[in-house]
Amino acid sequence: MLLGPTLAVAAVLFVIGVAGVLIRRNAIIIFMCVELMLNAVNLTFIAFAQTLGVAGQIFVFFVMAVAAAEAAVGLAIVLAVYRHKETVDLRNINLLKG
Amino acid sequence: MTVVTVVFGIFAVLALGSAVLCVSRRSPVASALWLVVTMFSLAALFVLLDAQFIAVLQVLVYAGAVMVLFLFVIMLLNLGRGAAQDRKGVLGLTVGLVLAALLFVQLKFLRGAAPPELIRLPPGVMAQTQQQAGMVGAIATPLYEAYLVPFEITSVLLLAAVVGAVVLAKRKL
Repeated sequence: MLLGPTLAVAAVLFVIGVAGVLIRRNAIIIFMCVELMLNAVNLTFIAFAQTLGVAGQIFVFFVMAVAAAEAAVGLAIVLAVYRHKETVDLRNINLLKG
Repeated sequence: MTVVTVVFGIFAVLALGSAVLCVSRRSPVASALWLVVTMFSLAALFVLLDAQFIAVLQVLVYAGAVMVLFLFVIMLLNLGRGAAQDRKGVLGLTVGLVLAALLFVQLKFLRGAAPPELIRLPPGVMAQTQQQAGMVGAIATPLYEAYLVPFEITSVLLLAAVVGAVVLAKRKL
């Protein structure tokens, strides 16, 4: 069974995504890292679906739908911010900073 | 060492390596293309884990639709070159990597927590279900029976996302 190695790969993939969110400044790349984390969770669901039933695969289906919606809305927000600020660098998007 | 283990190892290394490159490349276009490689390798891993239909969806939805959307926005905003200041400084880099390492340690503890024996299905039951109901049928039947309400709510969510994306991205309504 591949359950153990798959969970290890998913954990490493998730941590890479978290590291990307923490060390990058480009809003679009941070978005891509969020997608990477969602993919890592999908891998976990698929791995457990093998031993716990087909519900895991159905959850991956829902995660994909939500991720697609999130990408569309998120990129629209990035477009709107770029139109306003002429940049996607997160250092310049600090309206809520005290 | 069976063939499955070897293929799993190859695609796992490919997925992790391209994920690291996706995070570390300066140019957003290169980042997006490495993410596509990660998603293709994950689709291959899904096939090895008896989820062929989800693997097809992964290639169609993620590597196809979502990543094309990302590349489209990158090119629309003309971000192809990538700024020199795209990564944080030494302090931010250290803090980020330490926090990520801490998270990995926490996840490593969770690895020992296997699901209880009682709810576990016998090995090979997934392949058996797919033999009886077909690759798509094994997912479609529960999706349209037990998970019908969430499925319909998903359609409303997608409609809301379509409307929201148009409202946000349009210059003047």
